[in-house]
Amino acid sequence: MASTLMSGEKRIVVPGDLVQDRAKARVEGAVYKVNSQIRSKVLGVVLSDDGGKTLKVVPLKGKYIPSEGDLVIGKIVEVGFTSWTVDINSPYLAVLPVSEVTSKPVTIPRSDLSKILDEGDLILARVVSFDKSKEPVLTIKESRLGKIERGIVVEISPNKVPRVIGKKGSMVKLLEELLEVNIIVGQNGRVLVVGRNEKREELAAIVIKKIEAEAHTEGLTSKVREYIKARLT
Amino acid sequence: MAEQRIVRTVIPLLRRDLILASLKRGERLDGRGLQDVRQFTVRTNYVSKAEGSALVELGKTKVIAGVKTSLVNPFMDTPDQGVLIVNAELSPLASPFFEAGPPGEEDIELARVIDRGLRSAPAIDFGKLAIIPGVKVWGIYVDIYPLDYDGNLIDASGIAAMAALLSAKLPKVKVEDNRVSLLEEYERMPIVRRVAYVSIVKIGNHLVVDPTLEEEFVSDARITFAITEDGNICAIQKGGAGSFTVKELLDAQETAFQAAERIFSVLRSL
Amino acid sequence: MIKRAAQVKLIDEQGRRVDGRLPDEMRPLRIEVGKLKSADGSAYVELGSNKVIAAVYGPREVVPRHEVIPDRALLRCRYAMLPFSVAERKSPQPTRREIEISKVVREALVPAVFLEEYPRTAIDVYINVLEADGGTRTASIIAAATALADAGIAMRDLVAAVAIGKIGNLLVVDINGVEDQYGDGDMPIAMMPRYGEITLIQADGVFTKEEVKRALELASKHIDEIHRLQIKALKETYAKIEEGE
Repeated sequence: MASTLMSGEKRIVVPGDLVQDRAKARVEGAVYKVNSQIRSKVLGVVLSDDGGKTLKVVPLKGKYIPSEGDLVIGKIVEVGFTSWTVDINSPYLAVLPVSEVTSKPVTIPRSDLSKILDEGDLILARVVSFDKSKEPVLTIKESRLGKIERGIVVEISPNKVPRVIGKKGSMVKLLEELLEVNIIVGQNGRVLVVGRNEKREELAAIVIKKIEAEAHTEGLTSKVREYIKARLT
Repeated sequence: MAEQRIVRTVIPLLRRDLILASLKRGERLDGRGLQDVRQFTVRTNYVSKAEGSALVELGKTKVIAGVKTSLVNPFMDTPDQGVLIVNAELSPLASPFFEAGPPGEEDIELARVIDRGLRSAPAIDFGKLAIIPGVKVWGIYVDIYPLDYDGNLIDASGIAAMAALLSAKLPKVKVEDNRVSLLEEYERMPIVRRVAYVSIVKIGNHLVVDPTLEEEFVSDARITFAITEDGNICAIQKGGAGSFTVKELLDAQETAFQAAERIFSVLRSL
Repeated sequence: MIKRAAQVKLIDEQGRRVDGRLPDEMRPLRIEVGKLKSADGSAYVELGSNKVIAAVYGPREVVPRHEVIPDRALLRCRYAMLPFSVAERKSPQPTRREIEISKVVREALVPAVFLEEYPRTAIDVYINVLEADGGTRTASIIAAATALADAGIAMRDLVAAVAIGKIGNLLVVDINGVEDQYGDGDMPIAMMPRYGEITLIQADGVFTKEEVKRALELASKHIDEIHRLQIKALKETYAKIEEGE
């Protein structure tokens, strides 16, 4: 049927491409089923797992569409009476209700709401729910969530997030070790870097952008290592 | 743009299920078979100030079309042919779903599909409309105004436009020293063949001819065939958010020819 | 408007058309993906002398708000010919023809897109014809469908299109400007090739029932070829990017 184009180990697919090439493989991700055939919904790559027992179609392009449980970095764009409107780098604006900020009951007027979080503030949050007929709802009630007070936030394409994280977090760990920074990657393509000084934070930001630009090249890890080493001296 | 939104919010799912259940039994909510065109009436010469006019009632859908003629300059690339201009307006008078304002894509599509059928057939002998080739020709203006929208404006408009043209009169002219003067006598519009428009919508897997408003709202796609009296197709237009397989399209074509016969039988009497 | 100009001979004694093609031959087709950086997805198509560019923005917030559809994305399409795309300068104001084409192109693409994946958003498709030579709407559909895929939008299949024309009693594939102006029929057809579903069909001119059937067969065949080229263009662009070229 269609040409099979590989990129390293990964097969590139387009909408409508037949994904399942082995009857027993389980297929996940951006796929749809018609007449017991499983086809790709998007321009993406097919990743395989456990020696091909599970196939997953991951989009190469596209906006961030929130999923329940996602960790995201948001920016307050509006302070309301009982909630804040948050930009999460998505076609959907999110809502952070006052009830998701603190477990204590809150009865404070709007002017005080801005004292907790004001327009322009950055937050580390989690998507609590998104049923698509309403805005996604965020929470900052968990311990490490909340207003971002230090560090810088870098924005990358949401599709490149897995590459920045690396297999089992290896890329993030490498950057944290070499640069002595703390990195939190939001699923929505925003990455928080907190370091001991601005220089480290900026270097980390540049490296993250570089990883985004060269996401699928061979030997990226060693390239990154070299790059950092050269600039730390 | 408004159309997409309206279709999604107005008709509840319940109604679509009802319609589909009926179609499975081979009938529609108004008792018609899937291939039946509604009863329709045509009244020509409805407006005396127009050179031709017709009021059509196709079920509850009502459309009025008027023909006006005037002497115009021909187009540069067709100096020896008359000019045909078809216009349509979906006035808010006809439906709560129509908005006031400049012609939208629905108005324009309607006018252009009717125009295409008349022009391609050709329904009119455009050559006979040239009075002084390259200088003066007849301009035929067909204006189509739906008055009440209960589905299938294209077919109703087609009948109205064709009937208005069939009953239209042109003043006889005299040419002297390159000047044209209109005489008091009239002659018929030079119609060479009649054109019928048949629209079929797809609801689930069913092909349904001459849809009512409700049927249009629950349909996935529409296909219109403009058919000439000599048994040819002179325009095709697919509309709507769905699709047709090749087989469905060819089946619809067959059905359209059968339905066209009903329209021709009325047009022939005009 | 269909006119018969006796002076223009559209088919010669060897059965070749004005540009030397055989009746069953398409013009050269070239597709480039992702050249516009501001758009979420884009594609540039050359079909013979036609030059068409399509840009996709979305899914994004719906403006104006009242056009929002609660359970799916709103797909909007705007087809515009640039003033210098044709021999006689075309006024920049949208013409009735452009408005109709914007509608039918949108309706050609909608069946392929999983609109329900992006409720309350808009997906905007902008098409500019830089140079026109017959078949701009089919070139536009080829470009727009490719651009939608390039934007990462979820689709059932790509949509490909070709226009079948008529010269006398002969059906010809992919009519050019001259054939469109002086020929006897024009039938643009778009399909989702993997499903054999027709998403656009129009006709102008006179066709017999048999000719409509044959035109669909001819179109199907060439649409499959165009589809292969769309897939190739998308995959090759991303294979390069993946490999860091």
